[in-house]
Amino acid sequence: MVFIESRSGEVKKASLEAMGRARQIADASGGRVDAVLIGSGVATLADSLADRGAHRLLVCDSPALEDATGDGIARELAAIVGQEQTDIVLLSSTSLGKEIAALSAGSLGTCVAADCVDVQIDGTDIIIERPVLAGKAHLTQRVLVRPAVITLRPNYGEPMKGAENAAVVSVDAVAGDGSNEPRRIETMESDDQKVDLTEAEIIISGGRGLKAPENFELIESLAATLGAAVGASRAVVDAGWRPHSEQVGQTGKTVSPKLYIAIGISGAIQHLAGMSTSRNIVAINKDPNAPIFSVATYGIVGDLFEIVPRLEEELRSIL
Amino acid sequence: MKIAVCLKRVPDTATRVRIGGDGKSIDPADVQYIISPYDEFALEEALLIREKAGEGEVTVITVGPEAASKEVRTALGIGADAGVIIQAEVALDPRQIACALVGVLKDRGDDLILFGRQSVDSQGAQVAALVAREMSLPFVNDIISLEIDGAKVRVGRDTDGGREVIECPLPAILGCDKGLNDPRYPSLKGIMAARKKPVETVEAQPVEASLETIELSLPPARPEGKIVGEGPDAVSELVRLLREEAKVI
Repeated sequence: MVFIESRSGEVKKASLEAMGRARQIADASGGRVDAVLIGSGVATLADSLADRGAHRLLVCDSPALEDATGDGIARELAAIVGQEQTDIVLLSSTSLGKEIAALSAGSLGTCVAADCVDVQIDGTDIIIERPVLAGKAHLTQRVLVRPAVITLRPNYGEPMKGAENAAVVSVDAVAGDGSNEPRRIETMESDDQKVDLTEAEIIISGGRGLKAPENFELIESLAATLGAAVGASRAVVDAGWRPHSEQVGQTGKTVSPKLYIAIGISGAIQHLAGMSTSRNIVAINKDPNAPIFSVATYGIVGDLFEIVPRLEEELRSIL
Repeated sequence: MKIAVCLKRVPDTATRVRIGGDGKSIDPADVQYIISPYDEFALEEALLIREKAGEGEVTVITVGPEAASKEVRTALGIGADAGVIIQAEVALDPRQIACALVGVLKDRGDDLILFGRQSVDSQGAQVAALVAREMSLPFVNDIISLEIDGAKVRVGRDTDGGREVIECPLPAILGCDKGLNDPRYPSLKGIMAARKKPVETVEAQPVEASLETIELSLPPARPEGKIVGEGPDAVSELVRLLREEAKVI
């Protein structure tokens, strides 16, 4: 069973990846994939999920869930999982996905195999692999309980397209009066629809080499050209140049994009820990001995104030 | 107000990891341990609430080896009133840790139970949630603002594209994120005072494991990278490699 997360009326790509991964597991082990939508007004998303690899689409759409946070959503998910005798519950390892997974696991009397980069079925065994210590080590574990609640790191599954149409089944909400539940009382959307760092395909990160907070304009402009998310080192977050939501590293976000461009970042061990599982890493730094070059796929040594504008210009001319 | 803060002892983030002889855990030799950084925001918030109210009691609770008394003493030096160590010399899975905490928390009658949003070693972001479900208390993670209002608490957190404010009845369990406050350091006076504060040691009740560790290994080495060149003249070649070799743009 796959929990589907959406935002601003669109299914998250990370959820489609989880669906694709679930379908691979089901095909290999002779199982069925149920995708689950939970919330207020989520039924409208069903069409976009029809051919994404699920056999059935369970829709729990209730106005009672309008102000629900992860707490209320997890209560519904645990109830559905219980009714359906599910073996594996897969969620994407986003902030909300992690909260819902943990609370659902709590209701089900189990715990989460969290932030996995691989899930393998070996006979009746479920074996997962996950980075720990922000990627400084890899842990291989056997899940001893059922249902196995697993969160999958974004960018570690392939979305499916053109699968057979899923049968839509509507599910009643179990929501109570909500008196002992957190309720959302206010939502503020920022104008720029930011991609969450952990889900981004491309991240452009800046560090102290930018010399002043206003110079992050170079990073933002390059990110806009590539449709990328903006990241930052701990040094510049602690200096108050950038918000903590942009911090990459062991005390910030652990990311695995397809392309990570580190600009003016020397590469402290706790930063490297947070991004070294990226598929491709580009480092731009004036110090040829900076540790960031030890993990870089491609490096350019030199003055970022000369290199970054040129890079943006060349990218603009081809994109 | 009675507040419990749950702390975890973790390797310092500057640690270079070596795998231990059992192939399932890190080699503890030369590893410096610290209070998991997010837990410091939880402790600071508890102290701020106590100071604002002018009364209250802050107890730090940890599950770990006897050596975790060092981190508990640090927390007492920073300002907590009392400490509890739930002794576990072997590594526990998240459910086992949660159940150990519940064993202590269930009879305390705290108004607020604070955690860090996740530990920086196992990064599962789940023990607080598991405790919340065991104790039938509401839970919100990743909070960056907190305001007590009678029998309710209002908390704020970042979402992908903005911010949300959540109202939650007390008692509640909250996971604290960076941005909530600026944790203070222990003062010399605080460290001296900490020596006289009570620390209780209890045994964890055994709970069956949900996850079994097969192996802990170092991550696969990254393939050797290349320096494309120096200065802006190397940009064209970089763009070509990103397009033709890496195929990412």
